[in-house]
Amino acid sequence: MATGFLTDTTVCIGCKACEVACKQWNQLPADGYEFTGDSYDNTKQLSGTTWRHVAFVENPKKKRLTGDVDLVALAEDVKEQLPGGAELDALGRWTFMSDVCKHCVEAPCQQACPTGAIIRNEFDNVFIQPDVCNGCGYCVPACPYGVITSVPHDGRAFKCTLCYDRQKEDLEPACAKACPTDSIMFGEVEELQRIADERVERLHAKGYTEAYLYGTPEVGGTGGIGGNHSKFILLDEPETYNLPAHPFLPQDKVGGAAVTSAVAAAALGALLAYAFRD
Amino acid sequence: MSGLGITYGRGGATNTLDDLQNSDCILFEGSNMAEAHPVGFRHPMLAKEQRGAKLIHVDPRFTRTSAMCDIYAPIRPGTDIAFLGGLINYVLENERYFEEYVVNYTNASTLVSEDYSDLDASGIFVGYDPETGEYDQNAWRYEGMPVTPAVGGSEGAITSEAFSEMVGEYRDEGSFPHDETLQHPRSVFQILRRHFARYTPEVVEQVTGCPKEALLEVAETICDNSGREKTTALCYSVGWTQHSKGAQVIRAAAILQLLLGNIGRPGGGIMALRGHATIQGSTDIATLYNVLPGYVAMPDANKTHDTWEDYVATEAAHTGWWANFRAYATAIMKAWYGESATHENGYLFEHFPRLNGDHSYYPTIMEMKDGVVKGCFVFGQNFAVGGPHARMARDGLRNLDFLVVLDAYPIETAEAWKSDGADPAECGTEVFFMPSALVAEKDGTFTQTQRLVQWHDRSVEPPDDARSDAWFVYHLGRRLKELHRGSGDSRDALINAMTWDYTTEGEREEPDLEDVLREINGYHVETGEPLEDFLDIQEDGSTACGAWIYSGVFAHGVNQARRRKTGEYPHTEWGWAWPGNRRILYNRASADPDGKPWSEEKKLVWWDEEQGKWVGYDIPDFQATKDPTYRPDLEARGLDALPGNGPFIINADGKGWLFAPAGLKDGPLPAHYEPLESPVRNLLHDQQYDPMVRTYQRPDNPYNAPEDPNYPYVITTYRLTEHHTTGAMSRWIPWLNELQPESFCEISPVLAGEKGIENREWVTISTSRGKIHTRALVTDRIPVYEFEDRKLHTVGLPYHYGPNGPSDLAKADIANDLMPVSLEANVSIHEAKAFTCNLERGRL
Repeated sequence: MATGFLTDTTVCIGCKACEVACKQWNQLPADGYEFTGDSYDNTKQLSGTTWRHVAFVENPKKKRLTGDVDLVALAEDVKEQLPGGAELDALGRWTFMSDVCKHCVEAPCQQACPTGAIIRNEFDNVFIQPDVCNGCGYCVPACPYGVITSVPHDGRAFKCTLCYDRQKEDLEPACAKACPTDSIMFGEVEELQRIADERVERLHAKGYTEAYLYGTPEVGGTGGIGGNHSKFILLDEPETYNLPAHPFLPQDKVGGAAVTSAVAAAALGALLAYAFRD
Repeated sequence: MSGLGITYGRGGATNTLDDLQNSDCILFEGSNMAEAHPVGFRHPMLAKEQRGAKLIHVDPRFTRTSAMCDIYAPIRPGTDIAFLGGLINYVLENERYFEEYVVNYTNASTLVSEDYSDLDASGIFVGYDPETGEYDQNAWRYEGMPVTPAVGGSEGAITSEAFSEMVGEYRDEGSFPHDETLQHPRSVFQILRRHFARYTPEVVEQVTGCPKEALLEVAETICDNSGREKTTALCYSVGWTQHSKGAQVIRAAAILQLLLGNIGRPGGGIMALRGHATIQGSTDIATLYNVLPGYVAMPDANKTHDTWEDYVATEAAHTGWWANFRAYATAIMKAWYGESATHENGYLFEHFPRLNGDHSYYPTIMEMKDGVVKGCFVFGQNFAVGGPHARMARDGLRNLDFLVVLDAYPIETAEAWKSDGADPAECGTEVFFMPSALVAEKDGTFTQTQRLVQWHDRSVEPPDDARSDAWFVYHLGRRLKELHRGSGDSRDALINAMTWDYTTEGEREEPDLEDVLREINGYHVETGEPLEDFLDIQEDGSTACGAWIYSGVFAHGVNQARRRKTGEYPHTEWGWAWPGNRRILYNRASADPDGKPWSEEKKLVWWDEEQGKWVGYDIPDFQATKDPTYRPDLEARGLDALPGNGPFIINADGKGWLFAPAGLKDGPLPAHYEPLESPVRNLLHDQQYDPMVRTYQRPDNPYNAPEDPNYPYVITTYRLTEHHTTGAMSRWIPWLNELQPESFCEISPVLAGEKGIENREWVTISTSRGKIHTRALVTDRIPVYEFEDRKLHTVGLPYHYGPNGPSDLAKADIANDLMPVSLEANVSIHEAKAFTCNLERGRL
C-alpha cells in the first residue's frame, strides 16, 4: 500500500496551520525572523527545517512585487480602472499553495544517496534514515523540486517523512490533521488519484477549465520520475508556484553531459596539441 | 451587539458556524473570516464546495477571505452603512423582499406616531435636544404608544449587549395600529422605503468608492439566494463594530436580513463572529461592568434602586421574558450569598455595590492616569498594546499604586513601569506578576460565537509556579474571607456572606470548576438537586442560579457542555447552547404563519397539529405548545402576551424590528455618517459624523479634524492569521514569529509611488496622538478609492506587535498608540477601523 498527499490549492485559505503543525510535531526549529516583503511569505521555501511551506502568489498573471521592482513604474502600470476608481488588478487573485516533498515514484534523491540512508518505507514513502545519513549532501542537488537541504550545524539532510511515526500509529500526518478546509488530504495514492480526478472534473464543470493535477506522468510529464505520491491541484502553470514544469532525473542528463564533456575534452586536447605543436 | 439585540431581541449570533454549510450564499462584510476564524471558515468552504454556494466579500482590503470568494466588492473604510443602505434600497425598490415573512414577522405594518418625520439632509433625526445633545426617543414611538419619561441611570450607561431591555413594556396600552397592506405613509415599511431611497447605486458608488456594478452584482446574488427555497447568511466581526456608528452598521444588516426573510432559518441568519475564544461567555457571565451574569441589570445609584423591591420593580417587564426578572435576580443572590440572603433582609441588597458613573474600560484607563483608580487586576489582557490610544493606557498603568498581572509571558502591560523611556525609580507602582496556566493546562468552558458552551479538560499540568486564573481568584477569595472573618463592618458583609465552598483537587488545590458550573446552572436550595432549565427558577428564594441563561448546562447532574456527540443536523448533543440548548434562534420563523415549513429544503421546526406542539430538528425557540393561531388578550403577561405568529419572543410584540421605536441612542434607522476622523466630507448629510459619538476632550487625546490636509490617509487596523490579538500568546512562539516576524503596514503601489517608498522600506505613520515606525508591504491588495476626483489611500495596519518578546525578535512600535479614544453611543466601542493619519518614507 502506498500513501501520499493530495494538496488542493483551490481550497487552501493560506492559514499556514500545516507549516506550524509540521514544525510542532516534528520539533523543527524556526528558520529565523525575516520580513521578506514577499506577500505573506516569510519562510520562503522548503528546507531541511521547513517541510511544509505555503507560497503566496499575488496576481499570478502579473509580475510579482519582490526585490527591486520599480514601484513608480509599476504604479503607472496599474491603469485599468473600474468605474468607481478601484484598480482592476487589485481585484485579481491571491493564491496559496502548500508545498511539500513530492515522494517521487522513482526518487532521484534515493538514487543519488550513496549510503542507502534514503529508503522506501512500508508505506512506500521516501524516507531519510537519520541514523544512516552521513551528510554527504548528494541528494540535495539531485532533487528536481528543491525539497531537501542539509541542516546547518548538523550536516545531515532532512525532509518531510510523511509523518512516518504518526502513520505507524494509524494517525494521519500532522499537516493534513491541522488543515481546516481539507485542502491537504492524506490517504492511499490510488484513492487520492480518484478524488483528484473527481475534483478536477468538478472544477472544470464550474468553469475553472484551467484546473489540472500536477504530479502525474500524464500531465506535463514527470521525466523518468514516474509520478509523485504527493500531488497538487493547480490553476496556474507550475512555475507560478516555483514548481518545475518538466522535472527530470539528473542521470538522464548524464549521457548528454558525458558527450559534451568528451567533445570539450577532445577540443581542448586538440587545442593543446595545436598550441604545443613542434 | 445591541444592533442585533434591538432588532431581534438578543445580541447573540442567530445561527451556528456549522449551519453555514446550509447557506446558498454567504456575505462577509466587516469580517475577514478566513484569516481571523480560519477553523470556522471550513463551513463556508464546504457550502461553496458541496452546495455551490456563492461567497461574497465586501471589504476595504483584498484579504485571504476575498481570495476565496466569488465576488469581491471594495469599499472605503467606514462606509458600510452606505453599502448596506444600497442593498436595502435595491431590495425595496425592486420588490425583492420576502413579503409574507415581512408582513407577519416584522413590524413593517406598524404605524409610527405623527411626531416622527423622515430624516432630512441635515442628518439629525427628530427628537434632538441641542441642550442635552441627546435624542428624546419618544419622537420615534409607535402610534398609540404612551410618551414615557427617560429611564435615567448613570452617565454613559451602555445598551445591554444581549437583550434589549426596553422592549418589554410597549404592549401595555393595547395593540398598535397596523396596516397590513404596507401602504400607509406612516407604516414602518413606507418610512423604511423613503429613508433608504437616497442610497441609489450612483450615490453608493460616490460614497463608498465601490463600482456600482459590483454593488448590483452583490444585490442580485443575495436576492437570488433568499426567499422560500433559499437562504443567505451574513457574517460580520469587529470590522463592523469598531466604528463610531458600529451598532447602526449591524442594524442595517439586521434590517436587510429581515427583509430577505433569512432570520430563524437554516443557512440564514447573522453570524456575529466573536474576537476570541469565549468572548461570548465573558459577556454572558459577566465581565461587562453594567450587567450581572445573564444580562441582569446592575444596580445603579442613579436609578430607583434604593431597596431590593425598588430594584426588581424597576427592572422587571410586564411582557416577554424579562417579566421573570425578580426570579433571575433572586437566584443570583441565593447562589452568591446562600443562607445569608433572605427575603426578610432584602437579599443583602443594601450592601450591594451600585454603578455611579461610566466604569467601562476607557474611562477607567483615564481615571488610572488621573490618579482616581489606584489598583488594577489584569487577567488575559494586554491593553498596553491592544487598547485604543495604548500610550494613554501605559501612562495609566505607570500611575497605579498596585498592579497585578496574571500571564504566561512578560507582556507589555506588566512592564509599563520601564517602557516608553520611563524611569523605574520614578514609578511608584507595586507590580505583582503571577505566572498563569495556558488553556491546555486547565479545565473550564468556552462559550463561542454561536452561544455554544464547550467544556475542555486540561491535558497537562501547568509548569512550575504557573496556576490557572481560577486558582488565583479562588484562593484570593478564600484568603479575603479569612481576613474578614468576624468583622462586623457593614462593608465586609458581602465578603462574609459569600458562599465560597468549591472543592479543590490535587496537591495544588485547584478549584473544581465543575462545582462552579453547577452553581451557574442552578439548584434547588433545599435538596441541592440541579435545575433542569430556567423555567425552574423561583421568585421565593427556593432556587439558586448563577446565570439564568445557562440554566440547563448541568441538567440531570450531567455536564452537558462536555458532550461530544455528532449526529443529525443541528448536532444538539454536541456541547450545550444557551438558551435551553437551542441552536438557531427565532427558529419559529423557519415555518410560515400557520406553522408549516416555508419549504421542504429549509425546514427546521414546525407545528404538529396532532401532538399540539412544535417539533423538528432543533429545539423550538418558542413556547413548545403555543398554537400558531394563538392571540393574546390585553390581560396576558409574560410570554403569554406574545402571539403564536411572533417568532421574536424577546421583543414585546414578537416582531423583528425594521424600525426601532426605542432602544438605540443614535436613531431609529441607520444613516451614513463619515467616521469621526475622515479625509472627506459626508456626501449624504450635513452632519459629518454620528452626532451621538462620545469624545473625550483632553490634551492627551486630540482628534484629527475632518478633512485635515495634514492627515490625508485612512488607517484600518486588523489581525493576521499568524498572530493572536496583541501577540501576548503568539509573540513568544518561534513557529509563529517566523511566519509574520515584524510589524508592517500595507499600502498600494500607487501611494508607494507617490511617496517614493519601496517595498520593505521603513515608513513613519503619524496622527495627532503619536507616531510609529514600521515597514511597508506594497501590494495591489490595497485598493485606491476615488472620491470627487481625489485618490484616497488606505493604510492597512496589523496591531499584533510591541517591544516585548524573545530577544532575537525585532522590537516594534505599538500600532494602537496612533488611535484616539472615542466611543460609539450605544456600546462604547472605539473606532479602530477608520481613522486618519499621515505616512512618510523613512524613520522620522
